[in-house]
Amino acid sequence: MSDSPAWADATLAAALFAVDPAGLGVALRAPAGPVREQWLALQRGLLGAGVAQRRLPLHIRDDRLLGGLDLTATLQAGRPVAQRGLLAEIDGGVLLVAMAERLPAATAARLASVIDRGEVVVERDGVAQRHATRFGIVALDEGIADDEQMPAALLDRLALHLNLGEVAPRDAVAIDLEGALAQLAVARSVLPRVSLPDAPLQALCAAALALGVSSLRPVLMAARLARAHAALFGRDEVEADDAAVAARLVLAPRASVLPLPGEPEPERQPEPPLEPDPPADVPPPPEGDADTEPPSEPPEPELPEGALDDVILQAALAALPPGTLARLKAEQAAQKAGRAAGKAGAVQKTGQRGRPAGVRRGEPRGALRLNVIETLRAAAPWQKLRRPACRPALATVTAAEAEPACRRVEVRVEDFHVSHFKQRRETTTIFTVDASGSAALARLAEAKGAVELLLADCYVRRDRVAVIAFRGRTAELLLPPTRSLVRAKRALAGLPGGGGTPLATAIDAVALLADGIARRGDTPVVVLLTDGRANVALDGSGGRVRAEADALAAARRLRLTGAAVLLIDTSPRPHAQAARLAAEMRATYLPLPQAGPQALSQVVRATSVAAASARG
Amino acid sequence: MSFTFPFSAIVGQDEMKLAILIAAVDPTVGGVLVFGDRGTGKSTAVRGLAALLPKMRVTVGCRYHCDPAGGGSACDQCAALKGGARTQTKAIKSELIPVPVVDLPLGATEDRVVGALDLERALSQGIKAFEPGLLARANRGFLYIDEVNLLEDHLVDLLIDVAVSGENVVEREGLSVRHPARFVLVGSGNPEEGELRPQLLDRFGLSVEVKTPTDLPSRIEVVRRRDAYERDPAAFTQTWHAEDERIRRRIVAARKRLADVTVPDAALESAARLCMKLGTDGLRGELTLMRAARALAALDGLAEVGDTLLRRIAAPALRHRLRRNPLDDSGSTARVERAVAELFA
Repeated sequence: MSDSPAWADATLAAALFAVDPAGLGVALRAPAGPVREQWLALQRGLLGAGVAQRRLPLHIRDDRLLGGLDLTATLQAGRPVAQRGLLAEIDGGVLLVAMAERLPAATAARLASVIDRGEVVVERDGVAQRHATRFGIVALDEGIADDEQMPAALLDRLALHLNLGEVAPRDAVAIDLEGALAQLAVARSVLPRVSLPDAPLQALCAAALALGVSSLRPVLMAARLARAHAALFGRDEVEADDAAVAARLVLAPRASVLPLPGEPEPERQPEPPLEPDPPADVPPPPEGDADTEPPSEPPEPELPEGALDDVILQAALAALPPGTLARLKAEQAAQKAGRAAGKAGAVQKTGQRGRPAGVRRGEPRGALRLNVIETLRAAAPWQKLRRPACRPALATVTAAEAEPACRRVEVRVEDFHVSHFKQRRETTTIFTVDASGSAALARLAEAKGAVELLLADCYVRRDRVAVIAFRGRTAELLLPPTRSLVRAKRALAGLPGGGGTPLATAIDAVALLADGIARRGDTPVVVLLTDGRANVALDGSGGRVRAEADALAAARRLRLTGAAVLLIDTSPRPHAQAARLAAEMRATYLPLPQAGPQALSQVVRATSVAAASARG
Repeated sequence: MSFTFPFSAIVGQDEMKLAILIAAVDPTVGGVLVFGDRGTGKSTAVRGLAALLPKMRVTVGCRYHCDPAGGGSACDQCAALKGGARTQTKAIKSELIPVPVVDLPLGATEDRVVGALDLERALSQGIKAFEPGLLARANRGFLYIDEVNLLEDHLVDLLIDVAVSGENVVEREGLSVRHPARFVLVGSGNPEEGELRPQLLDRFGLSVEVKTPTDLPSRIEVVRRRDAYERDPAAFTQTWHAEDERIRRRIVAARKRLADVTVPDAALESAARLCMKLGTDGLRGELTLMRAARALAALDGLAEVGDTLLRRIAAPALRHRLRRNPLDDSGSTARVERAVAELFA
């Protein structure tokens, strides 16, 4: 018997998934290892050998994912042969998405639309097809940090979010498969009959609201899970504890607010009021002994009368591990950032693939990819001429009936077409704002105004922006690269001024960020607004001389990243120190007094254009 | 047999349903853009609409579903058919088909969108023939793009051009084809996942914002209906059939009435003032506002467009046309509403 409630839940989840794989996806967050293997083995065992399990490679291309033209067959047959993609082939089976936290957002979006519709719609390579498909998904998420999340579009559609990161291998005990299989067989036959009365349904909706789960999709999935749970225990009506389990497994992991302020901490609650076990008064299905199910002994407590909503909410609350509520806020913030990062990643992926800049005649060499479809199209009109022997045959019979030799498509070197992509690099403008006392006194407000003007310009060019502010001893990344300019504005508006000028620290932070951006293939442009009067050294100590020396050294480091820099001198009068700093980082130097709004945005534009051409 | 969730069974989301109905009554309003949270029934509504649109009459043998009565818009194919009919004194046949609601899925390739050389015939018979793409199939119907903000840029470029010209021009692989492609563009997406190019934004006549309902009763109702639908789609569709039928009749009646709805000068002036007040670019705002109000009047059985209708339709018709101030975080809906309140006070 296992002592780990997380593992007990995971076992129950595997059983529920086995009842209704297509309706309940699983997002399994766990490092690769014995615990995860054990769970996967359990899941495979419960589903049975008859259910196909296929892995989705991380960087699968659309032709294999959705379907398209089968090139080999097409070339052999001399007529277009369509192939079905993985999502159509997996119909009735289970799709394993390995390393889901690295799944490109574009793939996730395609997957999501197929899940939503229950069919694959192919409009590619001259192939137009539809295939109905329903499959279960197990997404294996090996993310460690909070911002390493699988794309939200997919996560949102998976009912069960399991986290096995904390389960010790010795807790991951196996269960008696044989008994469970019999119970599952019964459950699957019962499932279509299970009805969902109003009381548990209302309770689920109320629990979702109380937990701050605003989307309705989780509620729908919770309803579906409640039904599967009822079926698992041979009931044909969803009861309170089915709903409670659904709230615990589906809604609780998605909770975004602390419900009912003043409510006791979950660990102070005596015991989870409801357990996933078969209630004593319901006879278990014939072969399904109690020990086939997630083990746990306490008997079903009496339901408080008329408080179903509360009970179900409590069940969800009990699932939140101790300390969760305290961490909730922090995590929420992190998740927000994570989501933003995911979004940026998606956009960036498209950028990397670039806009197709047409298909040209040429041989596939180096990085150039042969565009087979276009090559075929180029070859097609010449087939008659190239196969004079087959000409009479072609005129009279269809390709399929022709001799094998005539069925082949003759492709010659001159038919080769290669795809060209224009790599449109995205520009990320890093605004670095000096909010120290010296700058604040003089013209922080003015600097903010200037940044807002530049932001509007970034919007027009669809740039991404990031904001770093520095004051006191630290430089803070107020806003990681994003397209949301409203957030940038808000970050700036809320920026307080005052304190020392840790210029070196700030420049190092900028260099780090710029380096990361460049490494992703984007173009960083740095806009540094400062008066250049550093007075806090890299190690946090005061002293103008050392601070300035540090700042100059940092400026040289920034130069090495190759980022284009625009230094806007915010001091009341143009200052030699800022100009020297600009020279060290090879920045364009622009004293604010002369920089009218128009001039400012023109300079930023010129800088980023120069940067793009230098890198591109 | 696949079922679609009945349009009439969608709980709430009145603005979205209204906008879609207006587009169904008067396609010249332009498309509908539905932006909102996940899981709010955006795509459900569009797919539901397809099921309840009245059928349309098309020329038999025309790949672009041309209207046999429509004179100017006929394609080459229809012209050839008509020419043949004249010489052979044979009448052109027509038939009724369901209005196409064509999906543009993510991952579609350019050749399938605009059409391309028919590979099958080229390979097997060496014939250079044009195989129409999705734009051809969507002619006189709806083109639906789910997650429109995730659409690849080169496809967006194609759409922007075709949506405004109503004609698809294909010049590739030695083909030179032009055919009518007039469709109502319907896009949906989640603004969190990326913004839309302003040029594409402008192609949509109406834009609606959908939110997940926050009150308990309607949330319960959504879940209850969805649950009922998933358990037994056939029975559920049957239950709502009468209601869907009622909406269909409303659309048909509104289309008939549309030409008779008058737009008095006073209403035109109000529309113009509202647009001036909001500083919308170009005249498209006024036009859409007027057309949408007219369609709304037709839907409601009114003979004349008045200020009340303009007020109702102002937000969806104008909120995406405001001069862009990316830094204004008070939403554009609020700005439109403020202007409406001041103007019609």
